[in-house]
Amino acid sequence: MKHLLSMDDLSLGELQQLLSLADEMSEIQKRSQPKVPALRHKTVASLFFEDSTRTRLSFETAAKRLSADTMTFSAASSSVNKGESLRDTVETLSAMGVDAFVVRHKTAGLPLAMTQWTDAHIVNAGDGAHQHPTQALLDAFTLTRALEMGNSLAGVRIAMVGDIRHSRVARSTVRAFVLLGAQVTLVAPASLLPPSLIYSNATHTSHEWPVSISHHLDEVLGEVDVVYLLRMQHERMNAAFISSVGEYALHFGLTPKRMAKLPHNFKLMHPGPMNHGVEIGVDPALVPGSLITQQVTNGVSIRMAVLLSLLGPAATSEMTKEERNV
Amino acid sequence: MSSNKSVLITGGTVVNASGEVLADVMIDQGVVQEVGPNISAKYAAENKGGPQRIDAASCVITSAFVDLHTHLREPGREESETIETGSRAAVLGGYGAVVAMPNTEPAQDSVAVVEFVRMQGERAGLVDVVPSACITVNRAGLQLSPFHSLAQNGVTLYTDDGNGVQDPVIMRRAMEYAKELNITLMQHCEVSRLTEGAVMHEGCCSSHLGLPGWPSIAEVLMLQRDLELVRETGAKMHFLHLSTARSVELVRQAKNEGLPVTAEVTPHHFSLTDEKLTGFNTVFKVNPPLRTMEDVEALRTGMQDGTIDAIATDHAPHAAHLKDQDLLAAPPGMLGLQSALGVALKYSGCSVQRVIDLMSWAPARIAGLTARQGNAVASGNIANLVVFNPAAQWEQSLEQIVSKSHNTPYLGLPLQGQVQYVVRDGKVIVEAGVIAK
Ligand SMILES: [Zn+2]
Ligand SMILES: [Zn+2]
Repeated sequence: MKHLLSMDDLSLGELQQLLSLADEMSEIQKRSQPKVPALRHKTVASLFFEDSTRTRLSFETAAKRLSADTMTFSAASSSVNKGESLRDTVETLSAMGVDAFVVRHKTAGLPLAMTQWTDAHIVNAGDGAHQHPTQALLDAFTLTRALEMGNSLAGVRIAMVGDIRHSRVARSTVRAFVLLGAQVTLVAPASLLPPSLIYSNATHTSHEWPVSISHHLDEVLGEVDVVYLLRMQHERMNAAFISSVGEYALHFGLTPKRMAKLPHNFKLMHPGPMNHGVEIGVDPALVPGSLITQQVTNGVSIRMAVLLSLLGPAATSEMTKEERNV
Repeated sequence: MSSNKSVLITGGTVVNASGEVLADVMIDQGVVQEVGPNISAKYAAENKGGPQRIDAASCVITSAFVDLHTHLREPGREESETIETGSRAAVLGGYGAVVAMPNTEPAQDSVAVVEFVRMQGERAGLVDVVPSACITVNRAGLQLSPFHSLAQNGVTLYTDDGNGVQDPVIMRRAMEYAKELNITLMQHCEVSRLTEGAVMHEGCCSSHLGLPGWPSIAEVLMLQRDLELVRETGAKMHFLHLSTARSVELVRQAKNEGLPVTAEVTPHHFSLTDEKLTGFNTVFKVNPPLRTMEDVEALRTGMQDGTIDAIATDHAPHAAHLKDQDLLAAPPGMLGLQSALGVALKYSGCSVQRVIDLMSWAPARIAGLTARQGNAVASGNIANLVVFNPAAQWEQSLEQIVSKSHNTPYLGLPLQGQVQYVVRDGKVIVEAGVIAK
C-alpha cells in the first residue's frame, strides 16, 4: 500500500490486516511509555486546508507515538490563498523531505491529485464529501472489538442515520461495514441521500450502494443492532435540504422515546463532533452501548497502524513485532 | 486579401451539399475558377510557372469549417489564449471562421471591445474572427447590452455564455430586440440556482465520488422557458452546447412545430461521459458537464437526424496554473479546435457529408457568414476551403497543440480525420498539416 486515499481501494484482506495491526497499536498505547521508535527519522506533514483540530491531533499523536517527526501546515497561515498554486505548495513541502502527507481538503479527489505532485505517501484525512478512510477504519475497529466478533461484522444490522448525501464518513464507513459482512440501512429524508439513490433515471452498475434505504427512523429501530448517527449541519437549511433542524430532530434524531424501541444492548456510534439536541437528544454518557468515546481513542491506534503500514520498515503482516520495532 | 498565385488542388473528392465528385479544383484571384475531373492537364507544372499544386489524393475538399463557439480569452486572459494563438489552433483544425465568445475581460458588451476583437483577428490573419456580443452588460444579467449599436456594427450573435440569462424579464426583452433587429440570441441553458458549487453531472458517479452534482434538469428548465419565449416573440434562438437527452427531445419537438431555433453540440459531449471524472482530473471539468452514455447516444442521434444543426467546439483554454487546482476551484472548460474533426468523424456516427454540414454549412448560415464561408466548392465562390483525409487515424499529443493552454481531454484517445490543407481567400495557409510561412 503506497497511499490511503479511499476505502474503495482496500480489499477485505487489507482491511482486516489493518484492524489486526491496530490491536498491537492499542497495546502500545496502554503502556506507561506509549512510544516506540518505529518511524524514527520519518517526517509526517499534516496539510489541513479545512479546520479539524480533532483529526489533525489524532494523526499527530499517532505519528509521535511512532517517533516520527511532524510538521503542520494549515491553510489559514499558508500562501495558498495568495496566488501560489496548491501544486507549488505540495512540491515545496515535499522538497523539504516529507515522507507522508496527511491531507484534509474541502474538495473531493484532492489527495489523489497530490499523488501526481509528490513521491511521498498520501493519507486522505477527509476530502470533501468523498472519503475519510481512517474514520471508516476506526469505526470498523471499534465495532468489531466491541461486539467481540474478530475481524468480521457478519450479519450485524446497522442503521446509519442522517446527511448521507454530504457525508464522507458515510461513503467510507458504509464500505468498511459492508466489506466486513454487515447489513446497512441508510435512514434519511430523500433530500439527504445521494441523488443516485433517489432518482431512478440515474441508474448505473459500477457505483452501487449495497444498502437498504428507509425514510422513517421509527420503522427500523426495532430491527437494528447498531445506530450510527451522522452530524447534521445547520447550513443544510439554506439550500432547502431540510425544513428546520427542529423538524429534522423530531423525525431523525435519537430521542429517549426512540431509544426505548431499540434492543437493550444496542450500540451507538457517532463520528463527532455531536450536535446535541439535533441528531442526538439523549446524553450518550447514559447510553450503555455508546461507543463514541472508544471511537476517539481508537482513532489514534488506527492512525498508528496506517502510518506504520505505509512508512514502517517493510511493514508486512509476516514481520515480527521486533522487526517492526514496536 | 486575395493572392495572385493560383492554386490547383488535384485528385481529391469535392464534397458539396449537392453531392460529391472526384474533381480537381482550380483557384485564382482568391476565387474558385473551375471544378472538374482531370482539369489539371490544362495547366503548366508548378516549376514551369504553373499554379501551386496540392495533392489531395484520398482527401475531401470542402468549405472550411465554422466554429460557433470559441473562447479566445483576449482581451483579459492572455495567459490562457490570445486571438493569435487561438487563430492558429483554429486554422490547424480546418476552420475558416470562429465566433469569438464575449466572456472576455472586459466583456464584449460594447462596440469598442467588439471592434478590438475583430481587429486583432484581422491582424492575426489566419481565420475570420467573428465577435459575438453579450446579451447583458458584463454578462451580469441585469442590464441589456446596446443591441442597436452593436447590430449596426455588424454583430449578429449575442450570448452571456458562461452564464444563462436567469431573469425571465430580461430574457423576454432581449428577445423583443432580437426580433426587431433580426439578430440571434445564443443561450447557455443553466438555471444557476440548481448548479451552485457543482463540478460534474449529477448522477451515479457524482453520488459515489461525493462531488456536488449538476443536474440535467438545470439545462432542461431554461431550455423549456426559452422555447416558450421564442414561441411568443418569434425571435431567432440558438441553443449552445446541448448536453442532455431531454434537451435533444425538446429541440426536436420545437423544430417540428416550426419554431425558429437551432442547436449545437460540442465534440466532448458526444464522445466522453461523466465516468471520466472518477480520476478527479480537472481537465474533464466542463460546463455543461460530461453526462451519461444515454445522453451521448441521444446527442449522436440528434446530430444524425438533423435536430442538432452544428458541432461547436466551446474551445475553452485555461492556463496550467488554473487547471492545477482542486476540482472545486479549477475553472470549467477544455480545448476543442484542433481535435473537433477527429472527434466528429470517430464518434458522431455521422457520414462525412453530414459532419461537413454540422461543421461548416449550417454554422455558416446560423452565424450569417455565407458571404464568405460555408459555400459550395464551385466556380465563382470565394476559396475558403479545407482539405482533409477522412480516414486518417491519429492520436493527439501535447506537442501538436498550438493553443497557449494544454487542457485537451483527448490525449491518448483514438481520433479519425486529419486536416491537411486550408485555403483562405485563395491562399494556402495550412500545408501538409502545418501553418505555411
Ligand atoms: Zn456555455
Ligand atoms: Zn462556452
